[in-house]
Amino acid sequence: MSNDFEPNIIGFLCNWCSYAGADLAGTSRTHYLPNVKIIRVMCSGRVNPLFIVNALQQGADGVLISGCHPGDCHYLEGNYFARRRFVLMHKLLEHVGVDPRRVQMSWVSASEGAKFKDVVEKIVSDVKEAGPMDQFRRRQLNW
Amino acid sequence: MINYRPRIGVYICHCGINIAAVIDVKAVVEHASKLPGVVVARDYSYMCSDPGQGMVREDIEKEKLNRVVVASCSPRMHEPTFRNTLKDAGLNPYYLEMANIREQCSWVHEDPAIATEKAKKLVEAAVAKALLLEALEEKEVDVTPACLIIGAGIAGIQAALDIADAGFKVYLVEKNPSVGGHMAQLDKTFPTLDCSACILTPKMVDVANHPNIELMTYSQVESIEGYVGNFKATIRKKARYVDFDKCTGCGICAENCRLAGRIPSEFDEGIGYRSAIYIPFPQAVPAKYTIDPERCLQLTKGKCGKEGPACAAVCDAKAINFEQQDELVEIEIGTIIVATGYDIFDPTRKPEYGYAENPNVMTGLEFERLVSASGPTGGKIIVGRDRKGEGGFEPKKIGFIHCVGSRDKSVGNEYCSRVCCMYLAKQAHLIKDKLPDAEITVFYMDVRAFGKGFEEFYDRVRREGIRYIRGNPSEIYRKGDDHTLIIKVEDTLTGTPMEYEADLVVLGVGLEPRKDVREIINLFKLSQSTDGFFLEAHPKLRPVDTASDGIFLAGCCQGPKDIPDTVAQAKGAASSALIPMASGKVKVEAQISVVNKDECRGCGFCVEVCPYSAIELVEENRQGNIIKVASVNEALCKGCGSCAAACLSGAIQPKSFKDEQILPQIAVLGVKTE
Repeated sequence: MSNDFEPNIIGFLCNWCSYAGADLAGTSRTHYLPNVKIIRVMCSGRVNPLFIVNALQQGADGVLISGCHPGDCHYLEGNYFARRRFVLMHKLLEHVGVDPRRVQMSWVSASEGAKFKDVVEKIVSDVKEAGPMDQFRRRQLNW
Repeated sequence: MINYRPRIGVYICHCGINIAAVIDVKAVVEHASKLPGVVVARDYSYMCSDPGQGMVREDIEKEKLNRVVVASCSPRMHEPTFRNTLKDAGLNPYYLEMANIREQCSWVHEDPAIATEKAKKLVEAAVAKALLLEALEEKEVDVTPACLIIGAGIAGIQAALDIADAGFKVYLVEKNPSVGGHMAQLDKTFPTLDCSACILTPKMVDVANHPNIELMTYSQVESIEGYVGNFKATIRKKARYVDFDKCTGCGICAENCRLAGRIPSEFDEGIGYRSAIYIPFPQAVPAKYTIDPERCLQLTKGKCGKEGPACAAVCDAKAINFEQQDELVEIEIGTIIVATGYDIFDPTRKPEYGYAENPNVMTGLEFERLVSASGPTGGKIIVGRDRKGEGGFEPKKIGFIHCVGSRDKSVGNEYCSRVCCMYLAKQAHLIKDKLPDAEITVFYMDVRAFGKGFEEFYDRVRREGIRYIRGNPSEIYRKGDDHTLIIKVEDTLTGTPMEYEADLVVLGVGLEPRKDVREIINLFKLSQSTDGFFLEAHPKLRPVDTASDGIFLAGCCQGPKDIPDTVAQAKGAASSALIPMASGKVKVEAQISVVNKDECRGCGFCVEVCPYSAIELVEENRQGNIIKVASVNEALCKGCGSCAAACLSGAIQPKSFKDEQILPQIAVLGVKTE
C-alpha cells in the first residue's frame, strides 16, 4: 500500500474522559496526526453501531471509539455497553469482509493526553496498512 | 424539527495567536460563509471577551440569527459562556454549537495547511449539526440543605465546621473509630513547630458538639444515588459491640482485656500496642470504646477465658454488647465533599532500604509517634523496645532519607509528595532538641522549601549542626550483630561514594492514594489523575470540583498537601458546596432523552440499559388498543444516551445528541478533503 495514503478517521469521544483527554493533549501541546476528526458524544455508550457503518459508508477509512476506563464511566456503566456493542460490531464487520483494524476502541481518561496521542498513532498506522475503505462506499447522501 | 429557516452565525476565534498562529482564520471564515444556512461568518481576536460576545449579541439582533456556531477552544471550557451570550440576546442557549479548533487542532498540529483544512471540516460539521439543533428548556429543582463529608481528617473537619457554621446540616462520616486522621498522629507541625494535637483537638471536639453536625464514626458510605441537590446515601454504621450511649469512656475494659498490650496499635503505627477493646488514642473523639472484631477472642473464637469476656465483667455501665449488628442509615443530602486523605508509601517496596528486617529503620510517621509526648515511649527517643516496653537504646547517629517512594519511577510515583523535605527537617530538629549530642545526617535529592516560612526553617535546621548530604542512598544494611546500619550513598556534589554508619534511619516516605481508593471511585464515579489521586474538574480554575456536579474534593485525596494547603482547600470545597445549598436551587440537565411515542415499540431494551432506572414502560391507549411505550423520568435522566444506542427503532434520543444531529456530522467528516 502506498505510503501517501492519508486515512480519514472519525473519532467518537465521550465528553467526560476521552474528549477531556484529547483536550489535555492540546493543552500540553502534544503533537499528533491530524487524521482523526472528533465528534463529541456524552458517553461512549451513546455510539450507536449504525454510526460506525454510516461513517464507513460516508467515506471514513476508520472509526475510533474512546471512552472512560472500565469502572470509571461518568454514567456508571455506559462504557460497558459500548464495549459489548463494539465486540459484536467488530465480529460483524469482519464477517462481511471489513478489515477489523479499521474500527478500534480505547480507554482514555481525562488525564491521559499522552495516551490519546498513542491511540491516534496506532489507528492511523493500522488504517494506513488497511488502505482506503471503499467496500461500503455509496453515493453522496444529502442530509 | 426546524420551525423556521435557520440563520446561522459562525464566529472564528483567533484566541490571540493560540489559534491564528497555525490556522488561517480568514480562510476558515471564507469557507464557513459559503455553508448552507450561514448568514454571517466573522472572526475576532478573543470571542470570549466582552466585545467578542457583544458581536454575537448584536448579530443575533440585527441579522436575526437563530443558530450560533463558535469555533474556538473546547466546549468543555467556554460552552457555558456562549450559552449565556445567546440567552442574553434572547435566543435559546441550546441553539449553540462549538467547533474545537484550539485544543484539538491548532495546539496539536504544526502544519498550517493541514490544520486549516481540519479546522474548516470541524466548522462545517458544527454548522451541519447546528442546522438541526433544538431549543431546550432548563428546569430547576430544590436542593436538600445538607452536606455529606467523607473522611474526618483535618480536611473533612474544617469543611464540616465551615458548612455547619453557615447554618447547614453536615453528616461527617469517618471510617475509623475516631476523627482526626493523620494529623492527629503528628507530633509537631513544620515550620512553626505548633503541637499538632493542640491545634487539632479543639476542632475535633467542635465537630462532635456542633448542633449542625451529625458525626458518624466507624461508619462507611455503602451506596449513593441521585444528583446534585438531591443525593441519597446509605451509611453503614459498623457494630462497635459497645453501646454508644452507655459507654462512659472510662477505659477499665481496655485495662482488663485479655489481649491488653498485645495488638499493634494502628494509631501508633505499630510501635505501640493496644487491647482488643480500645480507643485509638487518649484524645479520641468520640471517646467511646470499640471492640476490634478481627482480634477480640469472644468475637473470633466465641470464647474469652474461662469466666467469659473480662471487659463485660468490669463494665459498670453494662455497655458491652456482643450481639450488636451493623446498622444501615439512609440520609438525604444536596452536596458531597470527598476528603478521604492518603496512605503513606510502604517502604517494603524499596527492599534496598532494609525496612522489613531492621527495627531501627522506620518511616517518618512511625518516628512521629516515637517522638510524640503522647506516643508509646512518652516522647523519649528509644528505638527497638519490645512489646512490654523493655530494652531498646538511645540512638547516637541518625540518618534521614529523602524521597522514599516519591519522585521515583521505579515504584511508579513520579510526583513530589510536597511534605517530606519539611517533615524530615522538622524531625531532625526535634532530635537535635532532645538528643543534642546526636550526629544527624540528612540525605536528599533536592530540598524543596517552597512554602511560607519553609526556607527560613530549613536554614535554621542546617545552622543547628545538622548535616545535609546530596545523594540518594543505594542500600541500607546491618553491619555485624549489633544494631549498626550502613548507609551506602554517593555524594553527588563531589562524586564520592561513601558509607555512613547510623543506628537509626528515618525514611521520608511519600504520600500515596489510599489503598481503598477504588471503592471511593466506584461509589462516587470520580476520575484519577495519572498519579492515582482524584482528578479535579480543572487543574487551575476548578481545583475542588469534580466532573460530577455537587461532588467536591478536599485535602490529600486530590494530591499531596501540607496542613495549611489542606485547610485552604477544605474551606474552598466548603464554600463550593455551600453555593447550591445557599441558593436553594440547581439547574437539572436539559440535554436528556426524549421518546417519540409513535415510533416506540415497547420492547424495553432502553429500560434495561438505563444506568439510572430513569425509563419505564407505561401503558398508552392508542385508538382503543392498550400498548406499552417507554417514558423518561426527567429528574433521573442524565442524558448519557445509552438508551438511544440500544433502541431498535430510534424512538428514544438524547436531546442535542440525537441521531439526526450526529449523522450530519458524520456525513461532513466522512468526506475526504482533497
